[in-house]
Amino acid sequence: MSDSIFVQYIWLVPAVSLLAAVITAIAGNRWLKQQAWLPCMLAAAFGAVWSALALVVVAQADEPVAFVPVLEWLTVSDLRVAYELLVDPLSALMLFMVTFVGSLIVAFASWYMAHEEGYARFFSEVALFLFSMTSLVLVANLLMLYVFWELVGLCSYLLIGFYYTRPCAAAAAKKAFVVNRIGDFGFALGIFLIWVTCGTLSYRQVLAVDQGLQQLTAAGPAVLTTVCLLLFCGAVGKSAQFPLHVWLPDAMEGPTPVSALIHAATMVTAGVYMVARFTPLFAQAAGVGTVVLVIGCVTAFIAAFTALTQTDFKRILAYSTISQLGYMFMALGIGTVAGAVAAIFHVFTHAFFKALLFLGSGSVMHATGGELNVWRMGGLRKYLPVTHWTFLCAALALAGFPLLSGFWSKDAILATVWQASGAATQLAGAVGLITAALTAFYIGRAYFLVFWGEPRDRAIEEQVEHYVRDEAHGPPEPLIMKAPLIVLAVGSVLVGAVIALAFGGLVPFLAGAYGVEPLAHATAEHDAHGHAWGMMLLSAVVALAGLGLAYVFYGQPSPWPDRLAEQLAPLYRISVNKFWLDELGLILVVRPMLAIAAACRVLDNVLVDGLVHAVAAVPAWFARLALRPMHNGLVPFYALAMLLGLAVILTLVLFQIQGG
Amino acid sequence: MHWLLLIAVVQPALAAIAVGLLPLSRGQSRAVALGSSLVSLVLTVILCLKFDPQAAARAQFVWAVDWFGEGGVRFALGVDGLSLWLLPLSTLLTVVAVLSSWESIRDGARGFYALLLLLETGMLGVFAALDIVLFYVFFEFTLIPLFFIIGIWGGPERRFAAVKFLIYTFAGSVLTAAGLLYVLVAHYNEHGTWTFDIATLVYQTTIPTEAQMLLFLALFAGFAIKVPVFPFHTWLPLAHVEAPTAGSVLLAGVLLKLGTYGFVRFSLPLVPGACHEAFPWVATLAVIGVLYGALTAMAQEDIKRLVAYSSISHMGFCVLGLFSLNHQGIAGGVLQMVNHGLATGALFAIVGMLYDRYHTRMIADYSGMARIMPRLAVLTMVVVLASIGLPGLNGFVGEVLILLGAFKASWVAAMLATAGIVLGAYYMLTLMQRAFFGEVREPLAGEHAESAGDLRWHELAALIPIVAACFWIGLWPRFFVERMAPAIDVIVNRSTQVSRNESTSKVIRLVRRAPSPEARGS
Repeated sequence: MSDSIFVQYIWLVPAVSLLAAVITAIAGNRWLKQQAWLPCMLAAAFGAVWSALALVVVAQADEPVAFVPVLEWLTVSDLRVAYELLVDPLSALMLFMVTFVGSLIVAFASWYMAHEEGYARFFSEVALFLFSMTSLVLVANLLMLYVFWELVGLCSYLLIGFYYTRPCAAAAAKKAFVVNRIGDFGFALGIFLIWVTCGTLSYRQVLAVDQGLQQLTAAGPAVLTTVCLLLFCGAVGKSAQFPLHVWLPDAMEGPTPVSALIHAATMVTAGVYMVARFTPLFAQAAGVGTVVLVIGCVTAFIAAFTALTQTDFKRILAYSTISQLGYMFMALGIGTVAGAVAAIFHVFTHAFFKALLFLGSGSVMHATGGELNVWRMGGLRKYLPVTHWTFLCAALALAGFPLLSGFWSKDAILATVWQASGAATQLAGAVGLITAALTAFYIGRAYFLVFWGEPRDRAIEEQVEHYVRDEAHGPPEPLIMKAPLIVLAVGSVLVGAVIALAFGGLVPFLAGAYGVEPLAHATAEHDAHGHAWGMMLLSAVVALAGLGLAYVFYGQPSPWPDRLAEQLAPLYRISVNKFWLDELGLILVVRPMLAIAAACRVLDNVLVDGLVHAVAAVPAWFARLALRPMHNGLVPFYALAMLLGLAVILTLVLFQIQGG
Repeated sequence: MHWLLLIAVVQPALAAIAVGLLPLSRGQSRAVALGSSLVSLVLTVILCLKFDPQAAARAQFVWAVDWFGEGGVRFALGVDGLSLWLLPLSTLLTVVAVLSSWESIRDGARGFYALLLLLETGMLGVFAALDIVLFYVFFEFTLIPLFFIIGIWGGPERRFAAVKFLIYTFAGSVLTAAGLLYVLVAHYNEHGTWTFDIATLVYQTTIPTEAQMLLFLALFAGFAIKVPVFPFHTWLPLAHVEAPTAGSVLLAGVLLKLGTYGFVRFSLPLVPGACHEAFPWVATLAVIGVLYGALTAMAQEDIKRLVAYSSISHMGFCVLGLFSLNHQGIAGGVLQMVNHGLATGALFAIVGMLYDRYHTRMIADYSGMARIMPRLAVLTMVVVLASIGLPGLNGFVGEVLILLGAFKASWVAAMLATAGIVLGAYYMLTLMQRAFFGEVREPLAGEHAESAGDLRWHELAALIPIVAACFWIGLWPRFFVERMAPAIDVIVNRSTQVSRNESTSKVIRLVRRAPSPEARGS
């Protein structure tokens, strides 16, 4: 397989994106202007085509794993860090997803971001993100993984703060970076521990059963468990899991295409990818699976429950993303290859429908002049037909409507969780089902509030009518924005079914990345299908029930939402206030830290004023005693003293030489 | 004889004498200063490119003559892998210092630039000196020009700050001098000949075990104050706040490195046993410095004080890396000296640029500066990212190597220091958020209201080379690490050898204590 040029030159995919970022940064404002999106678009499209071909090569290969050395980055004694790429089913699939969804979003953004100040800056940063993200999924070294892990975080920071003059955007950007750093703190320590234990950071050795894995196991069960927990810390930050998920809703301050690309489809799934990549370690680490499962479960539920009552369109979608990521970690918590495969399956389908939901919200925001409150919208399906239909596809896919993409992948997760033994997994399966109902309800609510009924706000209605009629803006739904929506809608409807039915799920394909014996994955596949039908029926019922309830509540004017909020006031308040987690973080982390900082400052001033004055008093006293006649200050005295001291020392030494 | 290094070192002093003696105008003297510092910069960059990485353990480009004393003290200059990168750092930051004084130094410019150039010779001399007396002369000499720069061109409390700075650092270096003197004697006692050659002294002197810790402490006193290691840092914030921009740039950028350079040049190879033994203590102080510096920086309202405290935090990383006594830690520590010099030098220059425009250093007075000064904002963002260790920029390479090395030596120390990285991101990005982002609010400008506007040529010329260097180190660290690795090998080998010797000597002692069979037989 490694002799295929699509594998050998896979580094072209990130390299071209980097080139696009540099070109746009240098030439964007001055020469490219309204064409500043083109380098990024070409790079993303090139990446999509190239990685699709690489994916085909990988799928047809007998031995679907190839390491592609590119360049040596740093060598210090026994530490070797190279930019070496790993092409296997897992990375090829992720690469294709990133570049394919990425190129659709870039096309949409070329329309969405037009007339924005900083058009070139936007596409330069997006291209830099594509470079970092494609490298992240390809690299074959833990330190390099960390490098690109941080770089996607940087792009996220820069793009959340795109409208930097808005105080809340600047605050959200910082919050995202710092909260991610907290997760990366653990991630970094995990990497250090692997290096100290295994003496290498290359996947090739670390993941090899007879090398890194053996050394980690031999170092004691605590070491492997610690390593996996620390790595998982990084995933909790990057993939917005409880309790570090608080940065993601705020990240919606960024432009909507960024929310679609970085904060829904790609970057936030990096944590899932990383844990899936290190599943061989996680599978052996005692107790870690339960932690991952519980965190995923708690996150999925809390986020879905919060999404029920949010009024900000993009934040509903953000909580939905957090919740769906929770599902993925539930599957990873099972700690088997089948679990990892189910998680990656959901990553893949989720990228389509969640990106589409965000792009739809972007179209709505343009029509309503940037309005985000769903309660002020309504009836938009008349004005934005393409947006409406594609949004519906994505919403149904997310809700788990039978036979759409989300249905298959969510079902794969629930089936895997359900069939794993243990009380915890049974409970997790139940929570997963409840969350599925909540999911169908909240996305149904958002859909009906935005697109059905009549506009609830006169000003917004006028704005939308003006927007649709005003030809100066161009048509409300031009081709360059319609096309990505339609492609993503087709994906949201079909991708799951195609993978599940035509290819028999992702297990046979992805198993190659783990070197699993054909027999083993055949049984895994069989098991998955054997138990899936009951679960499928159950989740279909749950999804339809959620959607139906949403229609009853929000499909037409209804007293039910208010009445229910009154009846269940405590629950309602928990959801509206997002479990008070932001406030809790403020009270438990930020304020104590700032208080300690203030204390340090006072302490230091006392030290400065106390200690140093004391020290300074001695020579001053001495000077007053000995050099009272010298009125020109202390300066010459010290210069003199210094030279004298030096002279004395030298004389002493020289005497010694003469004597010796 | 290599003249390049000699010219690079001595030429600024000659230019300083010219500036000091000739009746030049402000414009002429700053032009001479810029020209002279550029010449040294170019020469040191040439040295780096011509440096032979294979032979990095030995001094290259050596220029030596007997100075005084028969067969004694020499005026000997040379560069090896440990000092190599500190030379272009010093010359680059001198150029930055000249450029950032371009408009702000109006009174007594002649004296100012003369002192600046003298300081450059002093700094280069310390790093290039191959002779211990020459080293110490330069080491102390750097204090004098900086003392006057702070004391004459500084802020309202300049005199107090200058005196405190001088007393504090001088007090420590007297002990260091005593330590170095002891080394000379110890070498004589061991070999029966006098030598002042640093390499011979540090690599061929066996310090008796009883004396190691004492010597370590003597050396530590002077170097730790220079770094500064917590709790000897209290002279630093005031000196920085009162110093003119050029003084802060060179003080933070280069002069703090005299301390860490002293550690790696003398302490580690001379008394490896004591360094090993002292590691828990030194690591504790270093980690406290990292966390305490970061927390104190977080609470500052004055940008300059914030940067000053961040220096304490970052230099804590350096010390932690060096005393890990392994390849990664020492390489990271040496590289981080350069990284910190670049990032902090640039940050102080940036503070100066803001101050020149608005005459305030309070963070709260600034908001939305990115809108008014986009170029400054972009460059500041890069420097801030370098400073908080973002991959692709220099700070990351240094920090990761230090933390890997420290993790090998003590995972607790590494863990706590890693927490410092989180804090660093918090206060630095808070600074960006408050001063550069948000709604535009220009501080009430003083009498120079007309000077507000984006960067001018001399300011761009000051920052762009630093940013370029940050990217260069960050993207291609191999180039830099390769050129220091052999010199670090020597130190690490010596350190491991000593610990091995110590364990064998313990074994020998045990064997000796047990009566030998022959002895029993007779």
